[in-house]
Amino acid sequence: MGLEIGLGHYLTVAAILFTLGVFGIFLNRKNVIVILMSVELILLAVNLNFVAFSAHLQDLQGQVFALMILTVAAAEAAIGLAILVIFYRNRGSIAVEDANLMKG
Amino acid sequence: MTLPLFFFYLFSAVAVVSAFMVISARNPVHAVLFLILTFVNGAGLFMLAGAEFLALILIVVYVGAVAVLFLFVVMMLDIDFAEMRQGMLQYAPIGILVGVVLLLELLLVAGSFFISPDVASGSGLPIDAAMDNTRQLGLVLYTRYFFLFQGAGAILLVAMIGAIVLTLRHRATAKRQDPIKQVARQASETLKVVKVKSGQGL
Repeated sequence: MGLEIGLGHYLTVAAILFTLGVFGIFLNRKNVIVILMSVELILLAVNLNFVAFSAHLQDLQGQVFALMILTVAAAEAAIGLAILVIFYRNRGSIAVEDANLMKG
Repeated sequence: MTLPLFFFYLFSAVAVVSAFMVISARNPVHAVLFLILTFVNGAGLFMLAGAEFLALILIVVYVGAVAVLFLFVVMMLDIDFAEMRQGMLQYAPIGILVGVVLLLELLLVAGSFFISPDVASGSGLPIDAAMDNTRQLGLVLYTRYFFLFQGAGAILLVAMIGAIVLTLRHRATAKRQDPIKQVARQASETLKVVKVKSGQGL
């Protein structure tokens, strides 16, 4: 990391991205696709934190864990989209606001 | 302002703006494209922090695979997105409330935390400035973090099988091959030799 780019810079950007992700979940209550994209944004913010601390502490462990988060995020996107496809097939819409199939 | 700082502000500004466009874009295809832009700029930030391998993996995995997956799903499903945006602002006030509280808390933490000196000094896996990032990651990933690496592979395998099982569908109308039936077929069941007299026909 360049000396002038401090840890606080990275943490601020990551905090803003995280908040935008959370806000996106509230804003797009009906659209699961955008909710999944918001989750991806949140995970990117977490990864940014890991990498920033890794560079600040000069410790590689943060990058290893960021790699694992990347793996889990990819798996989560694949499963989420598969669930979305079968939900659309069954219901004909992707509105999650009234998703109560499991209510019995 | 030095060059790294300039690029830091450039990448982070574009990332934040495009992240906002992701959640507010009218057309979900645009949202996916803005997500790609966000990830590319995130990769730039990773690069500035010295995590070159992660930056390029972010581009390869996210822009190359996950974003394309999103694009496919958005384009395959026939959804009226205009109708979906009805009542979108209904939850905006509580969303803004939660967002502002969360952002304030995160910024307060970011501005005022303190790293214990023994954590900073007793670094578990110190970065060697003489070695490049990819080589260093490779040296620990297959040795020290071998089980974590295998676990990541298992997670991806489970996700792949899960996605296939969830979306696989047997249509009743589709014609499928049945090898057992084919092998068990006898000539006597299906074939009949008829002696036809000439000039008479059947």
